[in-house]
Amino acid sequence: MGGPNLRERIERRFGGRVRDGGLPDGMQTFLVDPDLVVELCRFFKDDPEFRFDFLSDICGVDHYPEDDRFEVVYHLYSIAFKWRVRIKCRSGDPPKVPSVVGVWRTANWHERETYDMYGIVFEDHPDLRRIYMWDEFEGYPMRKDFPVRGYKDAYNPFGEEKTAAAPSDTGGGER
Amino acid sequence: MGKLENRFPDNVFFSTADSLINWGRKSALWPETFGIACCAIEMISAGCSRYDLDRFGIVFRASPRQSDVMIIAGTVTKKFAPVVRRLYDQMPEPRWVIAMGTCAISGGVYNTYAVVQGSELIVPVDVHVPGCPPRPEALMHGFVLLQEQIQRTHVLRRGDPDHAVVS
Repeated sequence: MGGPNLRERIERRFGGRVRDGGLPDGMQTFLVDPDLVVELCRFFKDDPEFRFDFLSDICGVDHYPEDDRFEVVYHLYSIAFKWRVRIKCRSGDPPKVPSVVGVWRTANWHERETYDMYGIVFEDHPDLRRIYMWDEFEGYPMRKDFPVRGYKDAYNPFGEEKTAAAPSDTGGGER
Repeated sequence: MGKLENRFPDNVFFSTADSLINWGRKSALWPETFGIACCAIEMISAGCSRYDLDRFGIVFRASPRQSDVMIIAGTVTKKFAPVVRRLYDQMPEPRWVIAMGTCAISGGVYNTYAVVQGSELIVPVDVHVPGCPPRPEALMHGFVLLQEQIQRTHVLRRGDPDHAVVS
């Protein structure tokens, strides 16, 4: 998992700006701030010693009571060397992370999914719309303060009553 | 039968005509080729040669305009609910609905923000077929129940307007 010189190369190139996240589940992980995500991703993809040309997944995490509440996790795969690497990026509320559509085109739908479920706004995304839920849907259902059974309406008599200021509706929604 | 319905008193002629019309209706139930989730797989096997719904006169049609029956075979999400309603509205009368499987009946295990808690909330359901998913035999049993229900229908006779269709 990951080349032997992966950590040293990143350390040499980015210094302390990209932190080592250890080896959770045996996959080399790097922690990075939002403003450095695109630069790091482009380096991973374009460097001839890495060639992480396949973006497996982008997903969101909601660490609800904590300060930097949201996290975006990128999983990369190098088809040439059969390496995998994980990038984690924390963001506050409202969450804003730069888009990596310019690096891997497949990021388009992954980022739309993460936006749909968590309300994480990907800046410079060409078409940031909901992808699973319908356009009129309110809130971001995978957030921890979103009621699991949703809000009460004609199709869902078991949902929670909608209060004036539901926590999921504040912040993060506006583009 | 539109204008003829509930206009005539009960008599031998109309009850005979009723049974003929009902026999015709129940013997050629044409469901929509319309599957939403895993229940559709059981619906498909019910239509294939091992279970062979064709022998009941049940032939899947690819258009709601040619269908009598809608089988709601799967989880109806809120995003999909308008589509189900539109397909129902496009069917010519008389039309019937079979809710196949726990999800279509009540939302099933998906008591969540995204799933309609029972297709009864979208379209009027005639027969509920429980199971997760129901076996093809169960769907066939549902069709037999629907046929029995159709056989009891008063097409021409005058009746209580609130129960105009099924006695």
